[in-house]
Amino acid sequence: MTDTTAHIDDHHAQPKGLARWLFTTNHKEIGTLYLVFSLAMFIVGGAMAMVIRAELFQPGLQLVNPEFFNQMTTMHALVMIFGAVMPAFVGLANWMIPMMVGAPDMALPRMNNWSFWILPFAFLILLSTLFMPSGAPASGWTLYPPLSLQGGNSFAFVIFAIHLMGISSIMGAINIIATILNMRAPGMTLLRMPLFVWTWLITAFLLIAVMPVLAGAVTMLLTDRFFDTSFFNAAGGGDPVMYQHIFWFFGHPEVYIMILPAFGIISEIIPTFSRKRLFGYTSMVYATASIAFLSFIVWAHHMFTVGMPLGASLFFMYATMVIAVPTGIKIFNWVSTMWRGSMTFETPMLFAIAFVILFTIGGLSGVMLAIVPADFQYHDTYFVVAHFHYVLVTGAVFAIMAAAYYWMPKWTGHMYDERLGKIHFWWSTISVNVLFFPQHYLGLAGMPRRIPDYSVQFAEFNLISSIGGFAFGLAQLLFVWIVIKCVRGGEKATAGVWEGAHGLEWTVPSPAPLHTFDTPPQVDDSVTAHKDQLA
Amino acid sequence: MAQGSYYVPHQAKWPIVGSIGLFLMVSGFANWMNGGNTAGIGPWMAAAGAATVILMMFGWFADVIRESERGLYNTKVDASFRQGMIWFIFSEVMFFAAFFGALFYARMFAVPWLGGVGTGAMTNELLYPGFQATWPTNGPANVGGEFQTVPAFDVPLLNTLILLTSGWTITMAHWALKKMKRGALVFWMLATVALGALFLFYQVEEYIHAYQDLGLTLGSGIYGSTFFMLTGFHGMHVTVGTIMLLVIAFRCMAGHFRPDHHFGFEAVAWYWHFVDVVWLALFLFVYVV
Amino acid sequence: MKRTNEMIVGLAMVAVITVITWGVFAVGDNMTAGVTPFSRDVYQLHMIVLGIVTVIGILVFAAMFTSIYLHRKSRGAEAAKFTHSTRAEIIWTVIPILILVAMAIPATRVLIDMEDTSGAEMNIKVTGYQWLWQYEYLEDGISFYSALDRDSNAARQIGSDISPREVDNYLLEVDKRMVVPTNTRIRVLLTSGDVIHSWWVPDLGWKRDAIPGMVNEAWTLIEEPGVYRGQCAELCGKDHGFMPVVVEAVSPEDYRAWVAEQTGGQQTAEVGQPLDEMDRDTLMAHGEDIYDAHCAACHREDGSGMQPAFPALAGNAVVTGDVSQHIDVVVNGRPGTAMAAFGQRLEARDIAAALTYTRNAFGNETGDLVQPADVVPLIDAQLDERLVSADRAAN
Ligand code: HEA
Ligand code: HEA
Ligand code: HEC
Ligand code: CUA
Ligand SMILES: [Cu+2]
Repeated sequence: MTDTTAHIDDHHAQPKGLARWLFTTNHKEIGTLYLVFSLAMFIVGGAMAMVIRAELFQPGLQLVNPEFFNQMTTMHALVMIFGAVMPAFVGLANWMIPMMVGAPDMALPRMNNWSFWILPFAFLILLSTLFMPSGAPASGWTLYPPLSLQGGNSFAFVIFAIHLMGISSIMGAINIIATILNMRAPGMTLLRMPLFVWTWLITAFLLIAVMPVLAGAVTMLLTDRFFDTSFFNAAGGGDPVMYQHIFWFFGHPEVYIMILPAFGIISEIIPTFSRKRLFGYTSMVYATASIAFLSFIVWAHHMFTVGMPLGASLFFMYATMVIAVPTGIKIFNWVSTMWRGSMTFETPMLFAIAFVILFTIGGLSGVMLAIVPADFQYHDTYFVVAHFHYVLVTGAVFAIMAAAYYWMPKWTGHMYDERLGKIHFWWSTISVNVLFFPQHYLGLAGMPRRIPDYSVQFAEFNLISSIGGFAFGLAQLLFVWIVIKCVRGGEKATAGVWEGAHGLEWTVPSPAPLHTFDTPPQVDDSVTAHKDQLA
Repeated sequence: MAQGSYYVPHQAKWPIVGSIGLFLMVSGFANWMNGGNTAGIGPWMAAAGAATVILMMFGWFADVIRESERGLYNTKVDASFRQGMIWFIFSEVMFFAAFFGALFYARMFAVPWLGGVGTGAMTNELLYPGFQATWPTNGPANVGGEFQTVPAFDVPLLNTLILLTSGWTITMAHWALKKMKRGALVFWMLATVALGALFLFYQVEEYIHAYQDLGLTLGSGIYGSTFFMLTGFHGMHVTVGTIMLLVIAFRCMAGHFRPDHHFGFEAVAWYWHFVDVVWLALFLFVYVV
Repeated sequence: MKRTNEMIVGLAMVAVITVITWGVFAVGDNMTAGVTPFSRDVYQLHMIVLGIVTVIGILVFAAMFTSIYLHRKSRGAEAAKFTHSTRAEIIWTVIPILILVAMAIPATRVLIDMEDTSGAEMNIKVTGYQWLWQYEYLEDGISFYSALDRDSNAARQIGSDISPREVDNYLLEVDKRMVVPTNTRIRVLLTSGDVIHSWWVPDLGWKRDAIPGMVNEAWTLIEEPGVYRGQCAELCGKDHGFMPVVVEAVSPEDYRAWVAEQTGGQQTAEVGQPLDEMDRDTLMAHGEDIYDAHCAACHREDGSGMQPAFPALAGNAVVTGDVSQHIDVVVNGRPGTAMAAFGQRLEARDIAAALTYTRNAFGNETGDLVQPADVVPLIDAQLDERLVSADRAAN
């Protein structure tokens, strides 16, 4: 009886070609769609970053005019955040969460399809603004008014594209929460869930809480521009700074949306290659929840220079500093997991180790930024740019790379080319530091961000940074090649793939068949990756 | 059947229709707003998009209703739908929170600062000498001209009572459904729809009054902005809710739902309660204080 | 045995990583200590925090590399079984909290100091515009605009043959500096006429946003005479990168002399009374100056504009068409675009000159002369409107 009802029309022929992808409700296929989309957007956003780095290669304007430069900065960030990093995490969630909790699919499979297919349309609109007469948005990804209101015809398109991305994210997040809360196999209690599942549960909650706030903020921009409202106009009793408060109420949780799933991934990979259970599983869960909670009360650390009352500045400074504590717990737990393990260093582990180090560097510069008087100097300089690329590129993106190497054998049934993987790792890790570390110096020496040209005293470090940038970009082409190669063939992967891996996803064959866990498995401590025995 | 395994539909065609619909709709709106040469096609594109989205909703819901009535959904599927609806409503709450946040921020910080309170001393002295912080206000530049506000204990109070009553009628409908009394169920559903429509009627009246007699418009500075955006988005939600109630009423007439199996009904009821609660907050913070 | 091994390798790792970190810091730039009491406080705070996080980083990385070195499978390491240690977890929760408190205390002290703007001996109102600054000395009655200097401006054009390296202080020089006395407590009042800008001179130790419709306060006390350079630090449109701030601190005596020169000098430079008729040559000459300073950023020096956002004025229908409409656009601006209401910024004389210039330059040979008297009524109307609404608001 169970088998007949599960897939009523399983016997119908699988449609081929485009229709298969347009209409699919299968979480693995949708996961693949997300991942491919994300990779495409990473290349688009990266190409824009290359334009930025090329213009900044030396002082003077050589390649693009300032207006276009600002468009590149803005679009680079929007594409990377909403097109590359977020969809990559959602794709990983789609692929892995049902398998990790022993569910046959996502809770709401039709809606899952919709969440994905809104995205290409949203980005069609966003990218099409590049070809509009007035050009793409050029007011930074933060779209501060009144500057953003000066945007030409592209403005309304950008706002609506953001609305669509928001709808997509909210639906995706609802699906993930419903799957986690409702679809777990018998015995998969909340405290037996893999940490990737836990971090995504909390991330999904953040998404549902803040994406609508972003929608509200940009809607107010839209009405201020087209329907005479005065939300951000002091003459009418509003305040331009009010936008910043609303935006950052979204924006700060948003940056954790981009890092919590990464924490989850790292918490899967380090135990596997240390051949040792994760240290402090329960405290990892609580730390994640604390970070999420704190993320709602620190937003104004992005606006210390707008002239807030003293009390507000102090509050936001203290709250921001506190985030270092739960994040520190995570770092220390990872180090303790490695401690007295039996480690090997395949590519996923290498990326995970680099993540721990480089994310910590980014986090520590974040704590410096939280110190208000010092932030008066750091704010809107390349010091900030360095900070957030350390947490975003060597944080979020490195974690995504680690996850891709870690689970690719499960997805494709083939091992990736380990030698090329290691080359990709070393090349990326060295070049990314050449790219972003000197930006700390630039910021401290006084170079503002979002400028297409600079005074000659900044020339040397910009030159180095640009060289690092091109090298890092090329390294990513190698990654694309490794993925293609792995999809096309390679050494057959076993079900377990990695020697030290635990968890339900490793009990199914590689490649994972289209339908897994139609009959829910029975779960106990022997299969979960994280057995937190109280000492 | 209810305990069978989880139903996973295959080959959903409606989502892509919905995506295309949304795409057309927003591109149309954007064109329309921009005016200029291409604006002419804007309204048509928007309309075509909206029609596509509506078509998608009909088709999608029809599929779901059919599957539900065929008994394909076990209790787990039902639970997923519930989760979906709860979190969707939560996202709506946060959307309204953004606008309430704007209202509170303007009243507690922006306007007082413009009036010279606290850190705003020099703002007031240098830019707006003589401007005093009051609420309601349309700012130091008197944007949009003189206006009067809608008194709370008038039509808004009536509308509050209407919505509260509708919350009661839909609960009565729920009881009737649980007791399987079709006649009463349909009656209470229609009563709820009627109250929703009545609310909308009065709100339209109020808007016309505001624009024509009170001088209160969307352009009336920060007061007009927050007033119309908050009540306007709420009104849009009432409209959607009323349509959903109507659909449910028809389904009740068509004999859908069973005492132990009526998620569609409950989802709409939850939505309606949410709209109700938002109104209470609006009544309090927009009209009364 | 195991423990001693870990200790030795651990200490070695600390040593190695410390050396590497030292090397990394040595090749780089650091924040300036600046020339005011604040900037020194901020610098010290920066160094304290940097020191603390550096030590944290070194310890964490050393522990990790020790493990990576010793606990490798290839070295025959066997995985231990522990998964938890309440004591360790309490330690690494409490110690970071204490460290954070230690950082928060000096930070709070410095911040409270900086936010107290009372007791100013002098007030300067700074207004940001796309893309120049206006400085108004409230006590001394001086007011002027300060924009990127001509040399930098020429060199920064795309395709210019001038190398930035040949220009002194490329992008960090202005046509007219903000001159201030040393050892004087100066309050800076910041606001903006269009979008948000941010006024920043690293040597003063702070930056603060200039927000349209709001006034922000900050203060400074410069101890050493000198020229201090900074830039606009908030994205404000295409020329955000070309909006430097240059502060020249001079002794109080020199400052008084400068003030005298400004107020005295202005009167002689005056072309007759503000509303006098001017002849064509005066209008054109003055108009070119005004145009280059206030309009060329968007409409280009040759009036070719930057399509499509910034219309060309050469051959433009408004510029070659009806004069009253032309005056209206420039006095009242175009709301919702970068075209600002220049009636609020420039004098009737200046607008008249700029209009005359644009109507007769770049091939727009209309032959029209616009006189200050033509512009005054619109400026007055604009002023009236603002006064009336301020009045109404007050009632
Ligand atoms: C993934 C994204 C991500 C993450 C995780 C973070 C993490 C943090 N960020 Fe960052 N941040 C961004 C993305 C991110 N940030 C972006 C994109 C911007 C710029 C936006 C824009 O303007 O465009 C920004 C800007 C930004 C600012 C504003 C700067 C400015 O504009 O002036 C500040 C200020 O407080 C800040 C602080 C922090 C802090 C304190 C953390 C903390 O969470 C870090 C915590 C981690 C650690 C501290 C390291 C590990 C801990 C230990 C080893 C324990 C011991 C440590 C101590 C006791 C100190 N960030
Ligand atoms: C997740 C987000 C994310 C990611 C992954 C990145 C990745 C990169 N970013 Fe990003 N960046 C942001 C988020 C991100 N950034 C944000 C939020 C801002 C702030 C925007 C604002 O101010 O509003 C910003 C701003 C920003 C600036 C400052 C711009 C300014 O202030 O004007 C710079 C400058 O160097 C920069 C560089 C880079 C580089 C070189 C990469 C590289 O890591 C990219 C590497 C990837 C590729 C290159 C693609 C793959 C390869 C190819 C396409 C092949 C072609 C390659 C060659 C020709 C060599 N970024
Ligand atoms: C910050 C940028 C900026 C500056 C500085 C600026 N303008 Fe403009 N100007 C614009 C923009 C943008 C428009 C187009 C407005 C629109 O789209 O309607 C414009 C339009 C105009 C027009 C109308 C042309 C038309 O085709 O509609 C005139 C005339 C004009 N400007 C004159 C001037 C003069 C004179 C000055 C200097 C005193 C000046 N502008 C300074 C940005 C600027
Ligand atoms: Cu002015 Cu940036
Ligand atoms: Cu933040």
